Amino acid sequence: MYPVYFYLTAAVAIIATAMVIFSRNAVHALLHLIVSLLAVAVIFFQLGAPLAAALEVIVYAGAIMVLMVFVIMMLNQGDAAVEQENTWLQPGSWVAPGILSGVLLLQLILMLGGQGVSTAGGGAAEISYVGAGEVGISLFSRYLLAVELASMLLLAGLVGAFHLARQKSTADLEAGHDE
Amino acid sequence: MSTTIWISLANIFGVLVAAVLLAALLTWGERRLLGFWQDRPGPNRVGPFGLFQVVADMIKLFFKEDFIPRFADRPVFILAPTIVMASMLLGFAVIPVAPMVGVIDLNVGLLFFLAMSSMAVYSVILGAYASNNKYALLGGLRAAAQTVSYEVFMGLSLMGVVMMAGSFNLREIVLAQQGGWFILPQAIGFLVFFIAGIAESHRLPFDLPEAEHELTAGFHTEYSSMKFGMFFVGEYLSVILISALITTLFLGGWLGPWLPPMVWFFLKTGFLVMIFVLLRAAIPRPRYDQLMQFGWKIMLPLSLANLLATGGVLLWLG
Repeated sequence: MYPVYFYLTAAVAIIATAMVIFSRNAVHALLHLIVSLLAVAVIFFQLGAPLAAALEVIVYAGAIMVLMVFVIMMLNQGDAAVEQENTWLQPGSWVAPGILSGVLLLQLILMLGGQGVSTAGGGAAEISYVGAGEVGISLFSRYLLAVELASMLLLAGLVGAFHLARQKSTADLEAGHDE
Repeated sequence: MSTTIWISLANIFGVLVAAVLLAALLTWGERRLLGFWQDRPGPNRVGPFGLFQVVADMIKLFFKEDFIPRFADRPVFILAPTIVMASMLLGFAVIPVAPMVGVIDLNVGLLFFLAMSSMAVYSVILGAYASNNKYALLGGLRAAAQTVSYEVFMGLSLMGVVMMAGSFNLREIVLAQQGGWFILPQAIGFLVFFIAGIAESHRLPFDLPEAEHELTAGFHTEYSSMKFGMFFVGEYLSVILISALITTLFLGGWLGPWLPPMVWFFLKTGFLVMIFVLLRAAIPRPRYDQLMQFGWKIMLPLSLANLLATGGVLLWLG
């Protein structure tokens, strides 16, 4: 029963991701990417990690993608961008990178296939449920360093964003005073 | 085996039908309440107390021309209004109405709700983008910024409740309130969540994405007929959903003396919906930058402080 669901969801994810690459319209591409992320969330859920699934939807599909749609909407590119995408999707420009990535994909499949058969067969039986508590405990014990590093990175981003926004607003204020 | 299937089917259809019917009724109830508070009758002509106004409005919406502008992004234009309906109705799945009533008993129920409410944002943004109209675009930009920022502390404000109950499961959160409702120890969390909930469902006073005095109708300017109707019902669905969730998280869900559990749940939820309407009647709309400043400079620190204090007290109590 479960492998069917898994492969169905995985197929959705792969097709959606392919559509991201081949869409000519940026917003349509982002929509497909959202579908792909949702499919990945469903896979997490099936593999017994509901917390990861929920966070995938909330953080990736719900926040990061919203910001990307936001930016693309603000640029409001229209038909000119679609034309440009069309020229970029000529076979001449994608055949060579496509072949190279195909080689990488083949290697990956072969490597996964070497041991993957046994895990795929036994995988369904050994699905264990990972709750919020387990995730929290492992984050703040085993992966504490990674959490701290990520927090520093985020702080740097925050400070940078603050700096950019502040300069702009003070300049605006000065311009307002001059008038 | 088959009886359990029938029970869950009955639950699913019961919750679905109740949610949609209540949302439709609320379009009438809101106008009646607004009329009451503004010293005017409100819609009182069609049927008893004007109740059939809902039916009249539905018939009108169904028979309006379903117009898709030539310049719109057609597939996205059609997709957008369905998202809010679907995600809000899915959100109702995790609401525990009464001990045996409720669609699904999900371990990450609260996170599921947050995920669904963050999906609902796409409805507004994509509707605005697909309309290809400057007012819609401005409304969509506002909606995106507003919901993304208010979502942050919407989630944070709930973590106090999660810590006290020790679970993301909404049913367990209700049961954890047998000793006392969480609105008392989590008063700040309640306030922050309530305000964030208004912003998430972009109701007045936070309805800047569709502020009619400056953006005609904001993100749904180009929408007509049932596509507009879906946005409209979706908004009322989100009001009911957020009220039901506040009931579950802070007001003890179905718990209460004398009356049957379901009645308590509906009374509490109805009261909160009424507060939503009263806020609309009473409070004027802030400016857009005021809204964002209020969010980031007051609500976010408040919810973080609440989180810290709750964690500290819980650790201290052991």
